[in-house]
Amino acid sequence: MYSEKVMDHFQNPRNVGEIEDASGVGTVGNAKCGDIMRIYLDIDENQVIHDCKFKTFGCGAAVATSSMATELVKGKTIQEAMEVTNKAVMDALDGLPPVKVHCSLLAEEAIHAALWDYAEKNHIQIEGLEKPKTDIHEGEEEQEEEY
Amino acid sequence: MNKIIYLDNAATTKVAPEVVEAMVPYFSENYGNPSSIYELAGASKEAVSRSRETIAKILGAEAKEIYFTGCGTEADNWAIVGAFEAYKDKGSHIITTKIEHHAVLNTCEYLEKMRKAKVTYLDVDENGLVRPEEVEKAITPETILISVMYANNEIGTIQPIKEIGQIARKHGILFHTDAVQAFGQLPIQVDDDCIDMLSSSAHKINGPKGMGFLYIRKGVKIRSFIHGGAQERKRRAGTENVAGIVGYACAAKRAVDSMEERTKRERNLRNYLVNRIMNEIPYVRLNGDPEKRLPNNVNVSLQFIEGESLLIMLDMEGICVSSGSACTSGSLDPSHVLLAIGLPHEIAHGSLRMTLGEDTTKEELDYVVEKLKGIVEHLRAMSPLYEDFVKNGKK
Ligand SMILES: Cc1ncc(COP(=O)(O)O)c(C=O)c1O
Repeated sequence: MYSEKVMDHFQNPRNVGEIEDASGVGTVGNAKCGDIMRIYLDIDENQVIHDCKFKTFGCGAAVATSSMATELVKGKTIQEAMEVTNKAVMDALDGLPPVKVHCSLLAEEAIHAALWDYAEKNHIQIEGLEKPKTDIHEGEEEQEEEY
Repeated sequence: MNKIIYLDNAATTKVAPEVVEAMVPYFSENYGNPSSIYELAGASKEAVSRSRETIAKILGAEAKEIYFTGCGTEADNWAIVGAFEAYKDKGSHIITTKIEHHAVLNTCEYLEKMRKAKVTYLDVDENGLVRPEEVEKAITPETILISVMYANNEIGTIQPIKEIGQIARKHGILFHTDAVQAFGQLPIQVDDDCIDMLSSSAHKINGPKGMGFLYIRKGVKIRSFIHGGAQERKRRAGTENVAGIVGYACAAKRAVDSMEERTKRERNLRNYLVNRIMNEIPYVRLNGDPEKRLPNNVNVSLQFIEGESLLIMLDMEGICVSSGSACTSGSLDPSHVLLAIGLPHEIAHGSLRMTLGEDTTKEELDYVVEKLKGIVEHLRAMSPLYEDFVKNGKK
């Protein structure tokens, strides 16, 4: 079901943990739909993401996308991190099964939420960053049933 | 350990060697169509009627009350749609429960949407038990069918079938039970339990997949569902799956002959597994009734953990189990059964079902518990829910 890369990041997740006094923390998702992602960012005075950690409650894909997202933003500037989209995370993992695409959206949202927290704390604006949705399934359409 | 530890016997079971052996001649030598008249076909016809008798006897039924179907799902569909169509002049109300298998639930939903049926989905208590008095309260003059499963496939809860059957009988309403998980595990007598229709499936009792039957009490007139030839007393058309039928009867006989000893052994092992998990892993709850439960069923919720991750990690250790998490159900919602017993979503997502089989050993269970402990620790260390729980002083 999952690509080798997904399995690798699931089995050996990179950057699991917390950062004390993080520059920004973002939590997205909800327990109702079964995945919650929390991302911690440590951002230095040059707006470079020094360190990034995550905690995730969710399926294999949710863990793997969190892990990959942290890898992708680490060492990047905030503006560069803004370019880490869900598609970038998915591509880096050699794709996800269709039903798991929402996990990659969650990873993108989690990074944005952490950046938003950082921006608010420091009273700055990050170009292109919108207030993150708390529920990533907002607006998602129910599958039509067939008879 | 490279060996597979299979703890998903509620999903399906391994076909027993003697069942395979019994089936083989009906593929190769005795391949005649039971409806044909030459001698070659006689063996097939004979085998089908012998098998029907074997199964009927187990239930205390008559051979002509057993109708073979293509699976348990078909038996459920047939019972419900067939009863609805036959009795819709009398009324269109069906009573069932929130914890039925989708074979029943989706069939009822179909009748609601397409045929204007009215369906009452009864609640269950926190252990998953249907209250017979609520069944009785739900009855209206329009009620034509009551369908309550014998035992639940996820949490193993065994329902008070006899009491429900007596209520149905008293009110002159047809009573169907989905006994897919119970047949061969529990001693069932259709007369004692006032059952009018009963569904079963071969692959849950070491028989072949794609083979089921519906017991229909003599005199119950339900409509046919599969139209065509005159097989199954003109009520279920289609050339019989002769080898499947033979395998089913062999598996059923085998399950009943070994029932007492096997279920005793499984119950002991099951209790051992539950005790080890409850004692050695913190923040776990047992789902389902502790007593009124299938002998081989364990269902626990491991708090702060999501089921699919758990399943994949156990799979990497060669352990096959299942979960009621959304990710494993193919939707965003966790199992309807776990929600019906009142579990919050996040706890339902962390459920783990282990269903023992006749080959399960204590050594295997010890191995599973050891692996499970490590995996739970690993996943909790990764869980933001666990982090919050610890930061809030474990409240
Ligand atoms: C309670 C219950 N009903 C019905 C079914 C469906 O049976 P089958 O797989 O033979 O269609 C199952 C098995 O998945 C079950 O557990």
